[in-house]
Amino acid sequence: MTSRYTRRELMVVAAAREIRDREVVFVGMRLPLLGFGLAKATHAPDAVGLFENGVIRDRPAETFIYTMGDPPNIVGAVACLGLVDVMSLLQQGRVDVGFIGGAEVDPLGNLNTTRTSSSGALTRLPGSGGAGDIASLAGRTVLIMEHEPRRFRERVDYITSPGHFPGRRRGGPATLITTLGVFDLSAGRVRVASLHPGVTPEQVREATGFPITIDDHPPATATPSADELAYIRHADPEGFWTGDSMKSG
Amino acid sequence: MAFDQMIAAGTVAKVIAAWVGNVAGGSGYGFRRAYEQGQPRRIVMEDHSNFTVGLALKAAAMGLPYLPTFSGLGGDIVRGHPRIRPIDDPFGGPDLLAVGALRPDVAIIHVQRADAQGNAHLWGNLGLTVEAAYAARRTIVICEEVVPEAVIRSDPNRTVIPGFLVSAVVEEPGGALPSSVQGYWRRDFEPFLAYHRTSRTPEGFQAWLREWVLDLPDRPAYLQHMGQAAVARLRVSDRRLAAEANFAP
Repeated sequence: MTSRYTRRELMVVAAAREIRDREVVFVGMRLPLLGFGLAKATHAPDAVGLFENGVIRDRPAETFIYTMGDPPNIVGAVACLGLVDVMSLLQQGRVDVGFIGGAEVDPLGNLNTTRTSSSGALTRLPGSGGAGDIASLAGRTVLIMEHEPRRFRERVDYITSPGHFPGRRRGGPATLITTLGVFDLSAGRVRVASLHPGVTPEQVREATGFPITIDDHPPATATPSADELAYIRHADPEGFWTGDSMKSG
Repeated sequence: MAFDQMIAAGTVAKVIAAWVGNVAGGSGYGFRRAYEQGQPRRIVMEDHSNFTVGLALKAAAMGLPYLPTFSGLGGDIVRGHPRIRPIDDPFGGPDLLAVGALRPDVAIIHVQRADAQGNAHLWGNLGLTVEAAYAARRTIVICEEVVPEAVIRSDPNRTVIPGFLVSAVVEEPGGALPSSVQGYWRRDFEPFLAYHRTSRTPEGFQAWLREWVLDLPDRPAYLQHMGQAAVARLRVSDRRLAAEANFAP
């Protein structure tokens, strides 16, 4: 059965595929939260999720949550520790993979969520939250971004979440999932892993604010199965995070 | 959102935080106006990641001048930072960062229940609540209910703040709204969206400030202004009780 799906549903599926069974995952909200739930429901039933507010879960919340502190994310949790406790586990090296997003990214996988002057005027962004810690301390990181030229920059104005740099103790950006494709960052540069169905290399070049090499016929991102879509629509019934109404959805 | 409201009201000179925004929409417009344009007044921003602000509070809570970490190395947050400095590992390991203690003048925390001495039971989402209460010179506990001391003593592991650290106890049901309190209140998401819309302009913010702060003398008036239907919808009436724990000697 071929189902219609949104770009964001495709991104959730791509995020889920970054999680291996039995891994410890620093989850975050929005698409990674859904990706974690999807991975648990499919190929990674024994993955464990850490949330920066201290919550540890090995199964998704029973009902929709807007934030990780919402009451349904507490019910049925394995543990509710504090922020410093879960960050300590992260620093110790107990977390295999963490998900982070940003307003701007560069070829080394540096993310900016602090401030930018890319539009000419100074724009203040919300700041690191836990992203800088996850980027520094996780075994590997998966970046999730809107794919737009002003966001894909040769150099970001401010490195909130460090990418690859000499002397890094562990980890670093492994994969970048965007609204146009999936990219491998593990070698310290951006290499196409797959483009989403219907996306052309030309589109990606135009939407990327730095030179990027793409084969003429790159692989296509695997489309969501009916089961995967069923899970996502159960977890996000109103399409709050994954609906078509979302920007670039 | 509370940060944004205080900044937009002109009551804030300096912000020490990892993230300032709105869980519903990302940007905090009040914060942006203050940071970008100095309106209604200029603010000093001390940027952190979640872990470094947590370690700053934890250091104060432990009575230490600083705590070391390697989170943030390679990024811009820690560069030239007034509270974070590079240090050598006295045991010969790789470079570290020292995060200086942060001792708030006052911490205001919301818990489910406390006795009249301020011994406080808190469960669910902890974040940095406990570190803040321990680090501050004065701690004010706001609770849903003041309970007899026997209730607190029946479950001493749930007492996360001992009363001798507490300067004042305030019984204020619904005092954390529109945020949630596990077992007492659900999150009211609509005010986060509405504030995001209305605070886009200074005039919109002033209207919000008048309606939701200046024209309401106290918290009962706030709840009344929310309306009975909203209060009833948000109040938790069902039960998901923890199993009993036997403390018999």
